[in-house]
Parts: sequence; C-alpha cells; structure tokens
Amino acid sequence: MSESKNNAAAHYKGSLKIVGSILIIWAFISFGCAIIFRTWMDANMPKIGNAPFGFWMAQQGAIIGFVILLLVYTYLMNKLDHKYGYGEED
Amino acid sequence: MSQDIWNFIFIGITFTIYIGIALWAKAGSTKEYYTAGGDVSAFANGMATAADWMSAATFISMAGIVAASGYDASRFLMGWTGGFVLLTTLMVPYLRKFGKATVPDFIGDRFYSKTARVVAVICALFICMTYIMGQMRGVGIVFSRLFSIEISTGVIIGGSIVFFYAGLGGMKGITYTQVAQYCVMVFAYTIPVVFISLALTGNVIPQMGLIGDFTKGGGEAVPLLQKMNDLSVELGVTKYTDGSLSTIDMFCITAALMAGTAGLPHVIVRFFTVKSVKAVRKSACWTLSFIAIIYLTAPALGLFARTNLVDEINNKTYQEAPSWFKNWENQSMIAWVDKNNDGIIQYGQGTAFVGKPIMDGEKRGEQGQRLVSNEISDDVNEVYYDRDIIVLANPEMAGLPPWLIALVMAGCVAAALSTAAGLLLVLSTSISHDLMKKIIKPDMSDKQEMAYARIASFVALVIASYFGINPPSSFVAKTVAFAFGLAASSFFPTLLMGIFSKRINREGAIVGMISGISFTFAYIFYFQFIADHKDYLFGISPEGIGFVGMIINFIVTFVISYFTPPPPQEVQDMIESIRIPSGAGKASH
Repeated sequence: MSESKNNAAAHYKGSLKIVGSILIIWAFISFGCAIIFRTWMDANMPKIGNAPFGFWMAQQGAIIGFVILLLVYTYLMNKLDHKYGYGEED
Repeated sequence: MSQDIWNFIFIGITFTIYIGIALWAKAGSTKEYYTAGGDVSAFANGMATAADWMSAATFISMAGIVAASGYDASRFLMGWTGGFVLLTTLMVPYLRKFGKATVPDFIGDRFYSKTARVVAVICALFICMTYIMGQMRGVGIVFSRLFSIEISTGVIIGGSIVFFYAGLGGMKGITYTQVAQYCVMVFAYTIPVVFISLALTGNVIPQMGLIGDFTKGGGEAVPLLQKMNDLSVELGVTKYTDGSLSTIDMFCITAALMAGTAGLPHVIVRFFTVKSVKAVRKSACWTLSFIAIIYLTAPALGLFARTNLVDEINNKTYQEAPSWFKNWENQSMIAWVDKNNDGIIQYGQGTAFVGKPIMDGEKRGEQGQRLVSNEISDDVNEVYYDRDIIVLANPEMAGLPPWLIALVMAGCVAAALSTAAGLLLVLSTSISHDLMKKIIKPDMSDKQEMAYARIASFVALVIASYFGINPPSSFVAKTVAFAFGLAASSFFPTLLMGIFSKRINREGAIVGMISGISFTFAYIFYFQFIADHKDYLFGISPEGIGFVGMIINFIVTFVISYFTPPPPQEVQDMIESIRIPSGAGKASH
C-alpha cells in the first residue's frame, strides 16, 4: 500500500513536471513569439520563406508547434506511466 | 448539369449517409446515448472531435476574417488550436479517469454539492445555447443560398436533420456521423485551395504558397506577402502582416479563446467515449492534427482570396470584373457604389456604405451594377464584400467545376450540423441526467432517462431554431466568440482547480463560477446593447473579456476556499485517484 502510494505521488510529481514544461513552451510560441515579442521577432529573426518570423509564427508556426507539443506530451506521459507501473495496453 | 442539380445531389448524398448512420447506430441504453458505449477508437474519436469542434463559423468565416484582417486574425487561428494543448494536458485525462459521463457530474461530485451541480448545469445550458443559436443561423443561411428558400425554412430543415440523428442516436449516432462529416469538410476545404495556390504561386501546397512567390501571369516573381503589403500601402489600408489590434486586446482574446476551448463541455465529453486515459491522449493528438489540416490552410486561403480580390477588381471597369463578382452581387453579398462616377471600381480604405447592403430592388446603374439604398460613406472604398463569401466563392474564383462548388456547400452544412449535434447532446444530457436524474427524480429508470434526454433535445432545438430565425440584433454573429468567453470564465478555472488543488472547496467553486460568468456576461451585454466601445475596460473588447472573467473566478474561488473548511476526506481521496492514469474502466453515469 505504502509503496503504491509513493508511486502515485512520484508519478503525479513527474506528470506536473512534464505538463509544466509543455505549457511553458506553449505560452512562448503563441503569446511570446506571435504576440508580445512579435515586432522584435519580425525585425531580428530570420524570415520563414517570405514571411516575417513573428507573423509566420502567428499564422502557421504556433499551430505546427502545438501539434508537436501534444505528440511529445503523449510520448513522455506514456513513458512515465510505464516507469511507475501504470502503463496500459491499447 | 446546372449548379443547382449538383448541389441537390451532393447535399442529398451526404444527408442520406448521415441518416443511414443514425439508423445503424441507434442508441439502446443511456450508456450508448451518453458515451457511445465507451469503446470508440482513438482515431475515429479524433476525427469526430475535429468535426464537432469546427463549426460553421470556422468553416465559412475564418478564411474571410483572415483575408480581411491579416495578422489580427491570428487570434482565432492560435486561440482555437492552442486551447487543445490546455485541454489535453490539464483536463481530459483527469476527467476521463473520474469516469462519469458529463461535466456537471464531475463538478457535482468534486464539490460534493447539489448547488454546485445546478450552477454547472446552468452554465452548460447557457454556453451551449449561445453557441447553438449561431450554428442554426449558419445552417439557415447556407440552405437559403443553396436552394433559394427563406432562412427560416432552412433553419427548420437543418434542425429536423440534427434532431433525427442526435436525438435518436445520442453520442453513438453523433460520433459516426461526425466522422463522415469531417471527411466531407476536409475535402471541401482543401481541394479548391490547392488549385488556387497553383494558379497564383505555382505551388501545390497552399501552406508553402503563403510564404512563396506570386507568379501568376508569367511576370517577374514577387514575394506574395510583399505584393500584398505593397498593394495595401497603395490602397491606404493596414499592411497585411501588421495588426491594428492593441497587444493587450490581442493577448486577452487569444487567451480567452484558448481557455474557452479547454472549458467547452461539448468538446470535453467527446473524450469520455474512448477506452482509457492512454487512448484519450492519443485521441487528442489525432484531433489536433485533423484540426490543424484545416487551420493551416485557412491563412493561405485568406491571403490568396485577398490577392485575387484586389488584383481582379481594383481599377477595373465593371464590364471587366470577373463573373463571380457579378454572381455574388446578384446574391447581395457583393456591392459596388460608383462614388466618383468614373465607371471604374476602386477598392481602398474604409467602407463603401453604412451597414450591410440593402439592394434597391432590381434597379441597375449606368454600368449595369445593382444599386443600393444604403447611406453612402465618405471613404474612398467603393466595394462591399461579405467576408463569408471567401470560402463559398473561392472555387468559383479559381474557375473550378460546379461539382466542386457543390462539395464546398455540403462541407458548410456538415460543419454546422456536426457542431449543432454535439452541443445538442450536452444540452439534453445536462437536463436529463444532471437535472432530472441527479436532482429532481433520482428513482428514474434508464428508459425514462433516455426519454427525457430526447424530449430535452427537441425542446432545446425548438428554442435554438427560434433564435436562429429571429436573431437578437447582431448578437448571433458574435455568439461563438462569446460562448468561449463564458466557458473560459466559468468551467475552465473551476475544473482546473478541482483537479489540481485538494484545498478548493464547494463554497469557493460555487461563488467563483457565478462571479466569473456573471461578470463576463454583464460586460458583453453592456457593450453589445448599451454602451459605446470607447469605454472598454483597459481597452479589452467583449471578445477578450472572458480572460478577465477567468482571473476573477480564480481569485474569488481561491480566497473563499481558504476562509471556509477544506473538502471532506473522501473527496480528497477521489482527487488523488484521478491523478493516477490506469484502471479507468468505462465511463459510467
């Protein structure tokens, strides 16, 4: 019992770490690159094709980033589940 | 064959498919009605959620908004996709593990209170009703254009179809219909854009065309965005890649849309239909990928359409204007006012006239253009176009065959119907399950509960159709954005704190939800009907006020919880158990 309780606490801690890191990147690529620092990004970052960096992030880059973030999240969480013995078959 | 016949064929075929699926998937138990039996595959659920998610507003209006406002429209692009990251990482795995069929169920149990459950039911009804009205209006508009019938008749036809497969099949019927609807939508949306991209930029992939060169007419290749920016400067309008919204407003609207996405009950319940927490994550990846296909196409389509519009219309005589210009003029969606009487169309800063065009009967001007009876404005601009034609007219702009135009029409209808069905399910289960079964008549049988669900969905549709036919002023046009504000200020903070804090109690949650949603609603209502937009709080428009409402909810819930006793031990145990992903079992009720 106590071991499973420890596992649960460790798993929860691990998942908070994963979620936290994912959300920091999430906020950076959307609110950061595409809104708050956009003007700076437009001026100082390399263009994507013919599009200014901040504008491209706002229209396409952030969305591509979101999809990748979810894939990474799913991969990391499944690995974490297995590590603490909560893994499930499909 | 004429366009009308193609439209009939495509709408006919797709409707037959939807009804066929509904008959095949008729729900026999409340379990099937609420969660489709709980064993939908992650892939199918991903598609169904994507269709559920993308409403008539997304499908018809988004590209038009991008075309009209360039960078500013990114708030919708990012807001409506970014919310899925919040939804997936913070909400659905935990709610799925909790294992009950509705969102008010979770709130009722987590906050051990009937009052909390009732407040959640009211919030759900409020959000879904606001949202579904807009969808019914959308269905009506598409039908009225398709078959030249009254909008009200169109609303009633759409409503009957939705009732048939949502009311009869419940979640099971909806899930498989939405899979079919997604397929229709994605083909209808992307195929025409590929051809437009080829014509304008020589690039088969529209997403690459957006950042590519303009090569149409064999002239020198110029970067497409550069060309658009130069044209904008020439016309005296804001550059395409610059925004005109303030940073704070842009931030708040995007944040409200994201949090709203993560709090929308009809999206959350879709994830109760899969087998396990692991499947929830996988399904969410599929969902966002399917959504991204369309959301990455929209900005390309917006830019292409704007280029076409300026390029083919500005400084041309009315006789030279392309045929789609005149076709949509006949539909009252485009209008031209020759202000300087030079017979040449000028497109530029400002509006052509006040409000939407009111055509002066069939009267024609000197050049053959239709005359409007609106008050003419002082701006240089002579052209009015309804943003919603961008998607509807783009196959025509690209000179594509009539069957493809019919496909786009079918896609529009699919988008509106799929979302309306998902919302209807939440409405009916909130009433039958959370209100009737859990509060008013706990000794109801499974059969009675289903009967209530069907009656509730019928009543909800009648009300939604009424408002679809008689929209309360311009309110419906913006309702979708408002529904997000309401969801962001009520469900999102409450669910989030309910999952991640053991200390938050019922008193905090109830007062928090009420204060969040009433602040947001009051602000929207005030600026929609009473005050002028100059008095916005910190310059935040009603679209973005859900973000402030959300913060209010967080603070109120937090403060009140700490001055009142903590939740009982069994609730704290439950919170611990939902944090462990395995052993979820099937969602029950």
